[in-house]
Amino acid sequence: MIEALLNYEFLQNAFAAGILIGLIAPLLGAFIVVRRLSLIADALSHVTLSGIAASLFLSKTVVAFNGLNPLWLGMGFSVAGSLLIERLRSVYKHYQELAIPILLSGGIGVGVIFISLADGFNTDLFSYLFGSVSAVGRSDLYLITGISIIVLLVVSLLYKELFLLSFDEEFGKASGLSTKVLHLIFMVMTALVIAASMRIVGILLVSSLMTLPVAAAMRLSRGFKQTIGLSVLFGEIAVVVGLISAFYLDLAPGGTIVVSSIIILLGAIGFRNWFAVKN
Amino acid sequence: MDRHVIELKGVNYRYDKEQVLSDINLSIPKGSFLAIVGPNGSGKSTMLKLILGLLKPRDGEVKIFGQPLLKFKEWEKIGYVSQKANAFNSGFPATVYEVVASGLTKKAGLFKRVERKYKDEIMSAIKAVDMQDFVYRNIGELSGGQQQRIFIARAIVSRPEVLILDEPTVGVDAKNVQTFYDMLERLNVELGITLVLVTHDTGTVSNKITHVACLNNTLHFHGSAADFEQVKDHELSAFYGHDVQTIHHDHSHGVH
Ligand SMILES: Nc1ncnc2c1ncn2[C@@H]1O[C@H](COP(=O)(O)OP(=O)(O)O)[C@@H](O)[C@H]1O
Ligand SMILES: [Mg+2]
Repeated sequence: MIEALLNYEFLQNAFAAGILIGLIAPLLGAFIVVRRLSLIADALSHVTLSGIAASLFLSKTVVAFNGLNPLWLGMGFSVAGSLLIERLRSVYKHYQELAIPILLSGGIGVGVIFISLADGFNTDLFSYLFGSVSAVGRSDLYLITGISIIVLLVVSLLYKELFLLSFDEEFGKASGLSTKVLHLIFMVMTALVIAASMRIVGILLVSSLMTLPVAAAMRLSRGFKQTIGLSVLFGEIAVVVGLISAFYLDLAPGGTIVVSSIIILLGAIGFRNWFAVKN
Repeated sequence: MDRHVIELKGVNYRYDKEQVLSDINLSIPKGSFLAIVGPNGSGKSTMLKLILGLLKPRDGEVKIFGQPLLKFKEWEKIGYVSQKANAFNSGFPATVYEVVASGLTKKAGLFKRVERKYKDEIMSAIKAVDMQDFVYRNIGELSGGQQQRIFIARAIVSRPEVLILDEPTVGVDAKNVQTFYDMLERLNVELGITLVLVTHDTGTVSNKITHVACLNNTLHFHGSAADFEQVKDHELSAFYGHDVQTIHHDHSHGVH
C-alpha cells in the first residue's frame, strides 16, 4: 500500500482528500446530528447532484464550462439549496420537515433532466454518485483543502456559539446571540462539507459520513467535545479502511466507507451493551 | 445606575389575534425578589420574553438598566431559566460542565474559549446549586430536578445582576422545592441578585419574596409582598376561583 501510495499521484490525492473529509464531515456532523438536521444534509446532497449534473451537461454544450471543475457548480447549488431550505422552513413554519422532500426530489428531478440532456450516465457521473479512488484530481484536492480550512476555522472560532445554538437556541437568543446569522453560517458550512466530501464518498452517501461516525461516538462518549473527538476518529478509520479496500478490491469507495462506518457503529453498540451487562 | 433594573411602560402584546398583554406598567427595583403569579395563559411567559428581547412589544417601552431594549447589549447581566428548560433534547451528549460553561458564551466574547479560562466560575456555579458530584455526567442522565439546578447554574455562571425564572419548580418533586427556594433566597440575599420568578407556589415563597405582581393579561396587582398579604385572598381567588387552595399545596402544575 505504502509503495502504491508513493508511486501513484491519484492515490495520494485520494488519501489526502479522504483524510481531510474524514476530519470535517464528522466534525460538522456532530452538530448536525444533535440538532436533528441529518435529513437536511441528505436533501442538500441531492441538490448538489443537480449542480454536478448541470455542470457535466454545460461542459458538453457551453465552451466556458469546458474544463471547469464540476465541484464549483455543485458547491454553488448546495449553498443555494441551504439558503432555500431556510426559506422553505419559514414558509412552512408548522411543517418544517417538508423542506426535506421538496429539496430532495427537486434535486434529483433537476439532476435527472441534466443527466438525460447530457446523454445519460457515464463513468464520470458514476464517480460523483458513489465516490472514486482514481478520479480525485489536483484541482479537487485544492478545493477540498480550501473548504477544510474554512470549516476548521469557523468551527474552532465559533465553537461555543455553535454549541449553544445546538443545545438551547432560546437561551442563546436570550443571551444576545444572533442565532439566525449563526444558523445560516452553519447551513453554508454544511453545504460546503457536502460538496467537499462527494468526490470520495459520493453524493448519495455523503450524509452517512456526517452521521454514522457520530451515531457510533454517541454510544461511547461523555460530553460533546468527546463526541466530536470520537466521531472524527471513527470517520478517519472508516475513510482510510474504505479507501484501501476500494483500491485493492476495485470497488467504489462510497460503498466501502459506508460499510466500514456501519461495522464501527455496530461495534460501538455492541461494546456499549457488553459494557452495560458487565457493570 | 438606575434604581430599577427593569421597567415596562404601557406594553401591549398579541401573538395573532388575541391580546395577550394590555398596558403593562411594571418596575422592578434592584435587589428585589419579585414573584409573578397568574393563571395559565395569563401572559406570564410572554411578559418575560418581552423583557428578554425574545419578543418585540407592539407598543410601549421596555427598559433594562435604564436603557431601551434595542440599545441594550450586556445580556450577560441577565440570567434566564425558561419554562421549557427541561424540555431539551435529553439525548444531547453534553456534560454538566459543558452546559454550565455555555452560560458564559456572551460574557467571554466572540472567538474566546471558556471551558478552561473560566474553570473557577463554572465550578463555583455548579457548587452553588449543589451539583459538584455530577460535573462530568451527561445532562440527560440526571433527574428532572437535577437538570433544573444545572440550568440555574448555567444562568448564574456569568454572575448576572438579574435572574429571571419561569416556573422553575415544575418537574421538581415537592420535597426538593423547599431546598430550591432556599437556594434562590441565598442568591437574592447573599449575592444581591435581583430575582424575577414566575410561580404558582405562592405559599412556599411568601416569606422570601419582596414584591408580587398578579398578572391576567393586565397587571391586577403590583406592589410589595407586605401589601400583597392584605389583598392576597381576594386577588388569588379572583384568578383561580375555588381552586385557590391548590396554589398553596399542589406543586404539580402543568407546563403551558
Ligand atoms: N408562540 C405563540 N404563538 C401564539 N400564541 C401564543 C404563543 N405563546 C403563547 N401564546 C398564547 O398567549 C397566551 C399567554 O401565554 P403565556 O405567556 O405562555 O402564558 P403563561 O406563561 O402565563 O401561562 C396564551 O393564550 C397562549 O396560548
Ligand atoms: Mg408560562
